[in-house]
Amino acid sequence: MQIYLPIAEVSINAFLLLGLGGLVGVLSGLFGVGGGFLMTPLLFFIGIPPAVAVATGANQIVASSFSAVLAHFRRKTVDLRMGSVLLAGGLVGAALGVQVFATLKAMGQVDLLVTLFYVVFLGTVGGLMFVESLRALRRARRPGGALPKRRKHGWVHALPLKMKFRTSGMYISVIPPLLIGAGVGVLSAIMGVGGGFIMVPAMIYMLGMPTKVVIGTSLFQIIFVTAFATLMHAITTQSVDVVLAVMLLLGGVVGAQIGSRLGTNLKAEQLRILLASLVLLVCGKLALELLIQPSEIYSIGVSE
Amino acid sequence: MTRTPLHARVAALALWLAALIAAPATATAERIVLGLSQEEVAITATFDGSSLLIFGAVSRDAPIPDASELDVIITVTGPPAPVDVRRKERRFGIWVNADAVHLTRAPSFYAVASTGPVADILSAVEDLRHGITLDQMVRTVGASETAADVENFTEALVRIRERQDLYQIREGAVALDQQTLFRTALDLPSNLVEGPYATRIFLLRDRQVVDFFETRIDVRKVGLERWLYTMAQTQPLIYGLMSLIIAIAAGWGASALFRGLQR
Repeated sequence: MQIYLPIAEVSINAFLLLGLGGLVGVLSGLFGVGGGFLMTPLLFFIGIPPAVAVATGANQIVASSFSAVLAHFRRKTVDLRMGSVLLAGGLVGAALGVQVFATLKAMGQVDLLVTLFYVVFLGTVGGLMFVESLRALRRARRPGGALPKRRKHGWVHALPLKMKFRTSGMYISVIPPLLIGAGVGVLSAIMGVGGGFIMVPAMIYMLGMPTKVVIGTSLFQIIFVTAFATLMHAITTQSVDVVLAVMLLLGGVVGAQIGSRLGTNLKAEQLRILLASLVLLVCGKLALELLIQPSEIYSIGVSE
Repeated sequence: MTRTPLHARVAALALWLAALIAAPATATAERIVLGLSQEEVAITATFDGSSLLIFGAVSRDAPIPDASELDVIITVTGPPAPVDVRRKERRFGIWVNADAVHLTRAPSFYAVASTGPVADILSAVEDLRHGITLDQMVRTVGASETAADVENFTEALVRIRERQDLYQIREGAVALDQQTLFRTALDLPSNLVEGPYATRIFLLRDRQVVDFFETRIDVRKVGLERWLYTMAQTQPLIYGLMSLIIAIAAGWGASALFRGLQR
């Protein structure tokens, strides 16, 4: 069944969109990532104009993240205080990122920049997570080998402005979470994603937060940052396609529920190795596009 | 039969001669009477392309001249828009956009259907005058850059859009019966841009245009598609908020539904 998208101005199979939404929804619930890093390239691939893909992807992430965060709220795995600190940084970062994006767009190399960002960040984060998870799995498999304590008492604990985060069981400075939030905000504005795939590892490895709390908390922050992005896109570029969003989120909200239930049955290390493999896969695909000669070296872009 | 005054007859003859000199082929006064299967293409929620039937007849004051063959060319042009055509180049080991050519007026859709090979039935001069072939059309889109190989960029534009069925060359697709009735069917793809689609019919003899008729087909979104599009353009804040409310409601609804199912 074909459906015509009024803003994207293309006709797409409705079941393809539902399936895409569902796939990304499962990932969203499972890993606490918005799934934008996967959704945005997939939308490009099926022929949605990039501007519409980025803006509508943000709207869809609001829905799937909202659905998933409710499940985490019930399990009390959302650190609201930490989420709010991350969000404060995130909004500042997103506003900054929009400015950077506009400047680079004027320079005419925004496509390359976005792809390079994807390759560099997905490659680094995926690689680090993969190695770390493998090491953790090997440790867990050794007979009698207990998991080492993750909390590190390094520079993070030496900073001022300390705050008690009861849900996470931490007493740390607000400066690192603010900076992480801002950094992710910048990236999400440039890459058109929620930024969970950066934030989740940052919270685990830099802040030392417990994995269970990390997912719910990052979802909480993502909802607000992507909602902000959706409104900005709707107002400035009119590129939010609500029909596309509804199709994606119908699949997405169902997928997110399935994903967040799957997540409770998997060990943290298994979860992380799965996410790491997925991130590396997308990274590899994008890297190949840069390295291999394209079959059509010309492309048509809409100009203002 | 009453005798016409001599000066009137001379005037009529002069007019006829003038007409003959200006457009020698119109001597037989063949004119197009057009029919369209639809004057409007409505884009609905389930729109998946459309077939457009263009048909018509040739009306004559005189018998069909048998000295030459009659040919018909039909063109449909979508609303033009500026585009940037970019070319990738290998730099520092990766493929990046390097050169770009800005075209100020590239038609978003262009179809040429004819009774035979356009090169055989249309003279270059007439093509230049009316802008009929795709080459002619794209050459006039106005390239702003004076890059050494602008043709490579315009060729790429045509190649890419032909692959998307946005540019179509259908030689021999116009059926002509007894030099009088003509018809063709065009497939409009689903990725159509809204706006007026100029439809032109050319009647040709001896590679010259003997008559030419122009009309337009309106392609427009209707119903829900129209409403959403207009709202996104005129009330972006409300549209954005609506999108968010739908997203949050769907997220909450699914969550509540799954909780209910689990009990």
